[in-house]
Amino acid sequence: MKSPDTEMPESLVEILTPSVAGRPALKVSNLNVHAGNHHILKNINLEIPENRITVLLGPSGCGKTTLLKCMNRLTDLYRELEVTGSITIGDDDILNSTTDLPALRQRMGLLSQRPYPLPVSIFKNVSYGLKLKGVRDKRLIAFSVEKHLREVGLWEEVKGRLNAPATSLSIGQQQRLCLARGLAVKPAIILADEPTSALDPTSSKIIENLFREIKKHYTIVLVTHVLRQAIRLADHVIFMHDGEIIEQGNPGELFENARSDKLRAYLIDGN
Amino acid sequence: MKRIKRVEEKFYIGLSALMTYSLIAVLAFIILVIFVKGFGALSWDMVVKVPKGGYYYGGEGGVLNAIAGSLYIALGATLIAIVIGMPAALYLNVHLIRYRRTQNTIRYFLDALWGIPSIVYGAFGFTLMLFFGMNASLLAGIITVALLISPIMVRTFDEVLSTIPKGLHEASLALGSTRSETAFRIIFKQGFSGFITAILLSFGRGIGDAASVLFTAGYTDNIPVNLDEPAATLPLAIFFQLGSPIPEVRDRAYASAIILTVIILSISLGARFLSKRYSKTNLK
Amino acid sequence: MQFKRQIADRLYGSWMIVSLATILALPLVIGVGLYIKAAPMLENVSFFSLIFSSEWAPSAGNFGFRPFIAGSVHVTLLSFLFTAPVCLLAAIYLTQFSTRTLVKIMHPVIDVLAGLPSVIYGVWGILIIVPLVAGAAAFFGTASSGYSVLSGGIVLAVMCIPYTLNMLIEVFNTVPSGLKEASLSLGATRWEAVKHVVIRGNYPGIISAFGLGIAKAFGETIAVMMVVGNVVKVPGSPFDAAYPLPALIANNYGEMLSIPMYDSALMFAALLLLMIILFINLFFRYLIHKTKRQ
Repeated sequence: MKSPDTEMPESLVEILTPSVAGRPALKVSNLNVHAGNHHILKNINLEIPENRITVLLGPSGCGKTTLLKCMNRLTDLYRELEVTGSITIGDDDILNSTTDLPALRQRMGLLSQRPYPLPVSIFKNVSYGLKLKGVRDKRLIAFSVEKHLREVGLWEEVKGRLNAPATSLSIGQQQRLCLARGLAVKPAIILADEPTSALDPTSSKIIENLFREIKKHYTIVLVTHVLRQAIRLADHVIFMHDGEIIEQGNPGELFENARSDKLRAYLIDGN
Repeated sequence: MKRIKRVEEKFYIGLSALMTYSLIAVLAFIILVIFVKGFGALSWDMVVKVPKGGYYYGGEGGVLNAIAGSLYIALGATLIAIVIGMPAALYLNVHLIRYRRTQNTIRYFLDALWGIPSIVYGAFGFTLMLFFGMNASLLAGIITVALLISPIMVRTFDEVLSTIPKGLHEASLALGSTRSETAFRIIFKQGFSGFITAILLSFGRGIGDAASVLFTAGYTDNIPVNLDEPAATLPLAIFFQLGSPIPEVRDRAYASAIILTVIILSISLGARFLSKRYSKTNLK
Repeated sequence: MQFKRQIADRLYGSWMIVSLATILALPLVIGVGLYIKAAPMLENVSFFSLIFSSEWAPSAGNFGFRPFIAGSVHVTLLSFLFTAPVCLLAAIYLTQFSTRTLVKIMHPVIDVLAGLPSVIYGVWGILIIVPLVAGAAAFFGTASSGYSVLSGGIVLAVMCIPYTLNMLIEVFNTVPSGLKEASLSLGATRWEAVKHVVIRGNYPGIISAFGLGIAKAFGETIAVMMVVGNVVKVPGSPFDAAYPLPALIANNYGEMLSIPMYDSALMFAALLLLMIILFINLFFRYLIHKTKRQ
């Protein structure tokens, strides 16, 4: 079989290429999140460098998942959360309520703690985002589905049963399917919330290797509490504790000589 | 394209909000209508007097016979339902705890039983009554309503019992309790809020149901003193008075409807309050 | 002491199991009891001719149930037309969009709506719905007293809404928020996420809730009987009066012992009602239990 890239219809290249390539990825400034009296995120300022894996590291309950969910405003789903500050991607402020949210969210892919395949077939899971974008061309959709299933190494495993329900896959396969589904809308950024926490070591390794592979094309924000995973993958580390950013920087420096006690304690416990 | 989507979203969310709020409006409307229509005829006499001669032509009296009859029937039926419903729910959650499939199958049948309409219970109660050579009476009404509310009792109690962690059973058994001691001392106490809810729900259903007592309880202007005497019920009192051609009597039907509504509302609110209060002492 | 406790355990144990067995045997006992009473009727006339015959003349010994079955079906289906969209949309709003305060308010509202006795709905129907329907009939140029299939359908719908709504809310609450997040982060609007994840993923649950709502409407007696007109005729339009099965049973219990075979016919009607409703319940409950296990 020929490589799928050579078959891409010229006129449709645009839909299939990342929409904000070449710009600074994501900038968070003065972000605060409250839930009632509880101050979940305290004055967060950070920048996510492009085409790198940024790891949000910290103990459970330190607010890293909330921070991630702020980035594509899934915080809207939780009525008790009150979010202030700004998160900009390119020139657009995500927290600005007039923003075209669906379009913005399509610039970011989400990989959650456990895979959530939509209640449709394998094929339709991957084509879902394209359909939402209004792509009707059957050939293009089939092409895109195959391309992204290949990208996550799932194509050979599922090509004979694309119409089977996505829930029939193993949990590791489901997580890769969710990644393919996210990649199919051509995001610039991938938000991954402890994506390997529900997976066995083999499947986790496949996901980790995929991340290394695709960071050439995407910016990845990875939330994890597993220190070893952070060491294996991180290009940039943000260490959080109790809703605050304690330290950030490149992993070599940060892990070799941690300045704060909290990080030092975490490093000792994590090893 | 984008615009259409946004309009569609706005439209449907708006419509569903409208539907939701309209339910509040409908409830308020029903209660308002009942109160406005019945308030004029509502008097203390309605509540504390039985019908005097000529009551059904607009004469003196009240519907105490029906209020008492309804309370007697609902009370008696609830007692019977407790006697067979409470142990049944406990058995389901203690003795059968190892058999998930059996538990689910039983719940499945109980749910289906809940769906049987009260008129069918009424008809069955009637055949039962004839079979035993009884007349329409307080007892026949109580038994019929008891059959009607038992599945409700079991399933409502069960709903709370089924959330009790398995560890509590194990702890109780490990301390040397027998299974029935575990059931009645530990699990029953832990699920007490559910028990209260189940009682009040069954009681409310028993008071409000008309179709099941239509054949079985009969109707009388007196307050029954014995189980074999007929008994009037509030829903039927409303129903019969409403059929009268005399406007005063129809107005009294509306007033009786207020009494019934108030009873039902207090039971419903009481159930909410009590189940909240008792669930506070429980471990989570 | 030990011995005493063992005896107590046995006694309590048998009390418990006898109670459970009694309750579970109930539908069977009811069915058999009604069948025994209905048997004389079935000996004379075949089941199908009973159901399909339209001739209803008890004193002449003619018992054709078609008008009553048709009445029940018409009223029930009409009520379903009102119930289904309202419940679906309200359940979606309450589980996906509404504020917590509204949810807190709606719980008792639904409870009270579900708990109001059917005779209260009947009174409300007579006072409000019947005159409204009579007015509407006049507007459309047909004469109607207002006591009609349409009135019955509307009153039934209001009664069945809390029941169906509760089941739908239970179904929709099981949708994990991660699934919604997945759909949203792929670029769906909130409504699209609801359509694709909440509705499409729950077809069996939604259909079951609707089915059980229909079963409930089918057996409702007093409220319907008060507003539906009770005329033995297959209704031709929503403004016509009808005579549903439960109303037939409830209205004639007084005379049924004075006319030969009349009691048998009414018990047959009750048996028919039991079978239909039990069947619908068992079917859709099975669907729910099956999907819950997955």
